[in-house]
Amino acid sequence: MSLPTALRVENLCKIFGRVAAVDHLSCEVRSGELIGIIGPNGSGKTTLVNLISGFVKPTSGRILYNGQDITRTAPHKIVCMGISRTFQMVRPFYRLPAYKNMIIPLYSPRVRQLAGGQYGDRNAVALDLLEEVGFERDAHVAYKPAGTLPQGYLKRLELAKAIALSPDLLILDELFSGLSLAEVASIVPVIEKLRLAGKTIIMIEHRLKELFRIADRIMVLNFGQKIAEGAAAEVMASEDVKKAYLGSEE
Amino acid sequence: MKKRRERIDRGIKARSEDVYALCSWREMLYLAGPRLLPAAAFLLLPLFLGVYWQKVMISVAVFALLAMSWDLLAQTGMISLGQALFFGMGAYVSGILNFYFGAPPWIAIPIATVLGGALCTLILLPVLRLRGIYFSMVTLIVPLMLVRIIEATKIFGGTEGLSGMTPLPSTLTEIYLATGVLLGVLFGLRRLMETDYGLVLKGIRDNDRSVTNAGINIYWFKTQALFISSTIGAFAGAFMTHVYMFVGMPVFALDYSILPIAAAVVGGGGTLAGATLGAVILVPLSEALRGIGGLRIVLYGLFLVVFIVAIPEGLFDYIQRKYHQMERWVEIDQ
Ligand SMILES: Nc1ncnc2c1ncn2[C@@H]1O[C@H](COP(=O)(O)OP(=O)(O)O)[C@@H](O)[C@H]1O
Ligand SMILES: [Mg+2]
Repeated sequence: MSLPTALRVENLCKIFGRVAAVDHLSCEVRSGELIGIIGPNGSGKTTLVNLISGFVKPTSGRILYNGQDITRTAPHKIVCMGISRTFQMVRPFYRLPAYKNMIIPLYSPRVRQLAGGQYGDRNAVALDLLEEVGFERDAHVAYKPAGTLPQGYLKRLELAKAIALSPDLLILDELFSGLSLAEVASIVPVIEKLRLAGKTIIMIEHRLKELFRIADRIMVLNFGQKIAEGAAAEVMASEDVKKAYLGSEE
Repeated sequence: MKKRRERIDRGIKARSEDVYALCSWREMLYLAGPRLLPAAAFLLLPLFLGVYWQKVMISVAVFALLAMSWDLLAQTGMISLGQALFFGMGAYVSGILNFYFGAPPWIAIPIATVLGGALCTLILLPVLRLRGIYFSMVTLIVPLMLVRIIEATKIFGGTEGLSGMTPLPSTLTEIYLATGVLLGVLFGLRRLMETDYGLVLKGIRDNDRSVTNAGINIYWFKTQALFISSTIGAFAGAFMTHVYMFVGMPVFALDYSILPIAAAVVGGGGTLAGATLGAVILVPLSEALRGIGGLRIVLYGLFLVVFIVAIPEGLFDYIQRKYHQMERWVEIDQ
């Protein structure tokens, strides 16, 4: 593939006290690619997402987005440059109805800029976006306070909030965790559609089967380091990965 | 025949926020009543009150403004313990403009409102990133520090303060200026908080990381909320300088920080109307208790505690709920 590089991570380190959550990590994501990142719990996946989205600043190393250094850029600016992410721990505005949750990303400077400075009825756009991720159009769910929604809808809301920002690079942190097979199956087409629209997508996942079906490439983390990278079958055949997941005999 | 009490929400279309709802005078009155009643009370009452209660009413308006100023910050997730900073800053700026530069109240008050608000915003700007109790502590301390600075450097009259300010033309002018601004701020801010902009402010309180993740600079929005809030407080202070014809260290007193919070809590935070209602109850009560002497604070405190325990949601939400509900006895057939 000779697609341009969307994201380049160079020698990235993040040390929390004595834990190296991300340890000298380098990787590249090409434009339009869907890359899956897997690894055991505590291997630094979420920390990597936090570093890319600017919520956590690295101890050392660099992050380049479309060739531009965003290592020290404020998180809201990174969003406005076209990177948006979901949280593994969903973060809705609990007291607001689901569709009102959407108003806040729709209010962002990025959306206004893309809409050419003017903006119509945010409520209508919000309901459209929710429908896209699987909120039934004529049901009441979209009008219920986010705090009362079941996990499946909260995850979809989280995805809709990220999509509302029209990102070029979308990072999904364990979007499928806690969802039933049927729910996952209903969200997969949404992701495939985004991909057809040319978005670059990074998916952190524990649900390997579903991930392998849609990912172009897999990267495996363990103790903050990259231990394997490549096509799904290749990666899972690697000794290091087997050890990381199944443990090794001492 | 058994009976049971049934509670139903008043089912008029008007509550669905649609325009076609206003199809009868009764429904219009039902909607407009809660807005017209307090507005009419504030505008008509001064004509029937004696001088003493007119002064109390001015005090009500000032504390209602401070309580709303507090409520706006609270709705944006900033719990302030220092409304006195806003009040005192406005008071001193207006006093200085009048005393040293001879600016008449009609010029001094508006300038002090904006300039005082801007100064407070600048002072608190560095601590805007602090969360929760740390922000609160700083807001509590800053006005107390300013008092010590004035005392130590003897600037602006030092402990004596500045007196001989130009008064406003009449008590009625004072009342109508205060209540006019009060009503404007009340309805204006309530409307503001209903807009998408207001939604962003409330989002910051609920979950600031999510707002950041929506590509919005929360510090810029917090700064704006802080400026609006401190402008309201600064107006109250600037206005009182010309009512008292004096400005001095007491304008930074703890009363101006604590009473507004009590008012907002009694009336119910997050509604702005609750803050106003709280001031309408607490300020006259505090005046009425003045005669009792030492026990005043005890009674006052007791009243607050009883109130907070009995109606934790705040009086305004309680009344609003009751207003939209009807209760009636219905027969149960067995
Ligand atoms: N804010 C933090 N402070 C201290 N340690 C952290 C913090 N965030 C993550 N860690 C640590 O970093 C390591 C990686 O965590 P994380 O990135 O959440 O892993 P994953 O998402 O792969 O499960 C863990 O050991 C975790 O305890
Ligand atoms: Mg994680």
